Formats: sequence, C-alpha cells, structure tokens
Amino acid sequence: MTWTKLDKFCLVAAIAALLALIFPLAGVDGDTGKQVAFVGDIPGLAVAMALCVIAGSAFTWLGVGSVTAGMVILAIAVFGCWQAISVLYDYGVAGYAGPGFWLFIASLWAFVWRGIDVIANFHSLDRTKQHLANFVVPVAFGVWLLFVWEVVVSGFGVPQVLLPPPSMIGERFVNSTDILAADFHQTFVKAVLSGYVMGCGSAFIVAIAVDRVPFLKRGLLPLGNMVSALPIIGVAPIMVMWFGFDWQSKAAVIVIMTFFPMLVNTVTGLNAAGKLEKDLMATYASGYWSTLFRLRLPAAMPFVFNALKINSTLALIGAIVAEFFGTPIVGMGFRISTEVGRMNIDMVWAEIALAALAGTAFYGAVAYIERKATSWHPSFRVRRH
Amino acid sequence: MTLKQVVNNVAEMPASKKAVVDIKKLSLTFQTADGPVYALSDVDLTIEEGDFVSFIGPSGCGKTTLLRVIADLEQATGGEISINGVTPHEAREKRAYGYVFQAPALLPWRSIERNVTLPLEIMEISKEERVKRAQEALKLVELNGFEKKFPWQLSGGMQQRASIARALSFDADLLLMDEPFGALDEIVRDHLNEQLLKLWARTNKTVAFVTHSIPEAVYLSSKIVVMSPRPGRIIDVIETDFPKDRTLDIRETPEFLEIAHRVREGLRAGHSNDE
Repeated sequence: MTWTKLDKFCLVAAIAALLALIFPLAGVDGDTGKQVAFVGDIPGLAVAMALCVIAGSAFTWLGVGSVTAGMVILAIAVFGCWQAISVLYDYGVAGYAGPGFWLFIASLWAFVWRGIDVIANFHSLDRTKQHLANFVVPVAFGVWLLFVWEVVVSGFGVPQVLLPPPSMIGERFVNSTDILAADFHQTFVKAVLSGYVMGCGSAFIVAIAVDRVPFLKRGLLPLGNMVSALPIIGVAPIMVMWFGFDWQSKAAVIVIMTFFPMLVNTVTGLNAAGKLEKDLMATYASGYWSTLFRLRLPAAMPFVFNALKINSTLALIGAIVAEFFGTPIVGMGFRISTEVGRMNIDMVWAEIALAALAGTAFYGAVAYIERKATSWHPSFRVRRH
Repeated sequence: MTLKQVVNNVAEMPASKKAVVDIKKLSLTFQTADGPVYALSDVDLTIEEGDFVSFIGPSGCGKTTLLRVIADLEQATGGEISINGVTPHEAREKRAYGYVFQAPALLPWRSIERNVTLPLEIMEISKEERVKRAQEALKLVELNGFEKKFPWQLSGGMQQRASIARALSFDADLLLMDEPFGALDEIVRDHLNEQLLKLWARTNKTVAFVTHSIPEAVYLSSKIVVMSPRPGRIIDVIETDFPKDRTLDIRETPEFLEIAHRVREGLRAGHSNDE
C-alpha cells in the first residue's frame, strides 16, 4: 500500500489521540498550585483515548470504505465525546483544559469528519435506507457543532455573559417552557401568522389588480418598491403609535415587510405563462378570469411560493424587532430586550433557539405545501410510470 | 400555370361546396422599429368544406401568419377574410376551429385527460360529458390508457397526439394545424400522418395544415398552397385527386412524384425572385 492510499483523517485521529495521552490533560489550579486532573486518574477517558489510537491506526491502513466502518468510527467518536464532557464537569477540568484535552478533541474531530463524509456519500436504491442516511448526516453534524460549542466554552471557561454553553441554554429552555409558550403565542401565533396572512394575502390581491389595471403597474409598483425600502426600525415605533402596544402593531410591521416581495413575485409569476399557452386559451375564446384561474395562476405558483418562503422568515424577524419598540410584558422580542438588560443571557439564547425552531418549522411547512401544490414543476417531478 | 390562372381556376370551381374560409386581397404588415415588415401580401384563397389544404413554403413566407389570421390570433391590415361567413373574431368566439400548435403546449399541472377536457371546461360543458368526449378524442389518437399520466411522462409524439385530441375534443368542423409534426422523427411522423388522414376521411372535417415538408404536403392534401417569402404571397395552388383512403404507398406513384415536382418548382421559382 502506498502513502497516498492511507486514510489521512484516521491517521490524524490516531496521532492526535496518542499525543493526547502524553500531553497534560489540564492546566494548573491558580489557588492550590496543583495539576487539576491526570489521564491516569480517569479510566473512562484513558479507554476512550486508547480506543482512538487503536481504531485510528487500524482504519488508517484499512481505509473507511463502507457505511459500517463509518458507523464504527462515529460510535467511537460518540463514546469519546461522552467521556470528554464527563471529564469537563465531573473532574473539574472546565476552565482549565490543557493541550492533552484539545488534542483529544482534535482526534474526535477527525473521526467525526471522516464518519459523516462516508455516510453523506451513501447511495442506495432502498428508499428507507437512503432517507435514514439523508437524515443522519445533518443531525450528526448539528450535534457535533453543539458539542464543540459546549467543549470550547467550558474548556476555556468563557464567561456566561459572552456565550453560555448549549447545555445551560437547553436547561433554561426546558425549565421555562411556560414563559416560552406564552411568548411564542404572543409573537408567533398572534403577530406573525396574522401579519403574514394579511401581508401576503393583500399583496396577492393587489398583484391581480395590478395585472388587470395597467396604470396601477406604472403607479403602484414603484410605490411598493419605496415601501419595501423603508427601514423597519423607523417604521416600527410609528406602527406602535398607530396600532397600540399589542400584536396589531407587530402585524402591521410584518404587513409592510412582506407586502412587496409577494407583490413583485406574483406580478412576475402572472407573466410567466408562455405565449403559446396564452394563444391556446385565446383559441378557446377563454375570458380573463377563466385564463387567470386555468393558466396564469397555476403558472405563477412557483413564484408565489418563492415569495411565501422568503416572507416566512422575514415575518418572524419583523415581529421580534418590532417588539423592541413597545409591547405588553410578553413576547419573544420583549423577553430578549429585557433579559439582556438583566444579564440573563441564557434566557436570551433560549428565545433565540425558540425563534430558530419556529422559523425553520414555518419555512419547512411552506416548502412542504409548495412540494404538494407544484409537484408538476420540473424541480419536483418524480417519474411515475 | 400563372398566379392569375390559378385564381381563375379557383373562381371557376362549382359552387356546390360551402366555402369555410374565404380570403380576398388579404395583406398583413407588421410595424417594427426597423420599418414595416410585409408578412402577407395580396392573398386570395378559398378553403371549402371537407378540404385538406396544406400551406408550404420556406420559413418566413407567412404560412404560419396566414393560419394565425384565420384563427384571429393576428389581425389582417388589409383585404377581407371570412370564416363560415363571419369575421375571424366572431368565429373564434363561436369556437369554430381547433388549433394545433408546433409544440404540444400541454399544461404540466394537468393530467392528459384534464388537458384534453380543458376547452370543454372553458365551454362549460358538464363533467360527465367532458370525460366522455375526452375518452373519444383520446381513442381517435390512440392514447386511451394514458388519461391519468402527466404530459412530461409521455414521449414527444404522444404529447403532440394529446394536443391533437384536445383540438378534436370539442368537435369543431375546422382544424388548423401549424407544423404539428415538425419536431418529430420521420417514423413517428409517417405514422401520425396516416392517423391524421384516417381521421380526416372518417370525420369529414376541413383541415388547414402548415408544413415545410413536400412529401407530407402532397401525401396529406386535397389542395396544396405554395407560398413564397418577402412579401408572403401565394404563387401556386395545386389540387390533387388522390382518394381519401390513400396509403403511404402512393408516395411511389408517378402522380405523386409529378405533384411533388410541381411543388418543388413552385418553391424554387418563388425563391429565385429574391436573389
């Protein structure tokens, strides 16, 4: 076997793990002047490091060809991650981590990289297996990122105010579900959904009016363009003055933000039907509304859904920012602005996590409906014979 | 035969048959930024009931434009035209014709059956009747069994047959076809030509058919209109007397070759005017 055929990631993993066994695991405690922890005192970690050395050297020669090998590597990495976390919190390494610890993390990184790489390249005609592989890759990658975040923040002893570890955010999230639920209800269910429906719905209707009445296209489109260029932090306080502190003012901000993308996309979409198809409808003496519903609106759907997807994320941002300018004592934006002032950064992060989850789920739901509604579109076509 | 003689010949035809399309001194000029484009000039033509008329000529000779004028998709700028005795616009409002385009133009979000029922839906025909007529139309083009498929799941030839079924579904007496088989290969084309002839013989529809293939024009037609470009005009009208139940074999007969020769001569003469 030549040098180039060696599996370099496994080689890095083996060497890093070997060095991790030699280098000191943690720094020196400032008050006692003693070394915080030794690998020799922690059998679990020693086993994990030894496993990494053995598996690393073995796979360096064998190569990671199959998904099974990838799974074995990932399993070893998971065991290693567990031991690393346990060392941080149970043996007091948090804040004192030394070169040995970081070398071990480097070794795990190489394993995880290689393992995910193999699974990401997995192709199977078996639908279930393929779906499983497609699901494992982003989840494994996400979990690994959370692990790195946790380890880096704890290992270096980063102050909580700067960045809390994910475990702390998770704990806060689980312990404040009632507050989060109330905030979610206020911001998402009341403000975002109503603002989104009103903004997208009115823009859709105006788009059809623009299409029907040519002078509106000249007059209204530039005006819409101007509205979309308005800075949201300038508009939000005015909307609060007009519509009060409750969700109505946030919905108004969302309407302003979502209106233009929907208008422009729908107007473009209504012109997407080809000349040939329009001629076809003309030969049947099809009227304006008949052609609109049978040809032009279906042809416009990909454009409309594009706007709906863009707006799904815009709406949430709009609602949260608008809450900074006046709100009842509930809501995601309100919670973020007040908890920052009280230095409860973990609560801020819990709200950010909630916003991320809600935004992703919203986008995902719209994308799912798009797939169902425009399954005829070339980008979604499935050959069914 | 000169242009004048042809016009005379047409005028002398016995008046027993009803004129479906009657065109007199028709001209069409497009105004463009580079000056006027004379797409059609001084066109005289009568298409009678039951005729199969082919329009043949080089690209740019206005044959598609002429068909579009008949279909009221373009408006003539001079002369007269009547379809079944009324203006093209009124004829279109009455759904007097079925039009088959160069491309199938099937709507991708509709199944084949729902594509075929599209005109019937616009004409507000009941659902039961729509399905029944779609079945009949699909049977005529041998596409029964593909009702639930979507256009992209069918081959190019099948898609074009579906578009013909759509034009047939509402049973208009006049069928306008604009190079419907232009994009298909020779074998599929021959097959569809045979099917089209059978259909014509069976239903006694009037067909106006644009093509740039000489054998196709001669094989299909009862009347061949040879056109020449810049400005688009008719230079020869050739009547053929092949039986309606002709087969592909007639392409080997001396009569066929003679007519094909005459068409080719006409095309060549029209072309030499340019150079």
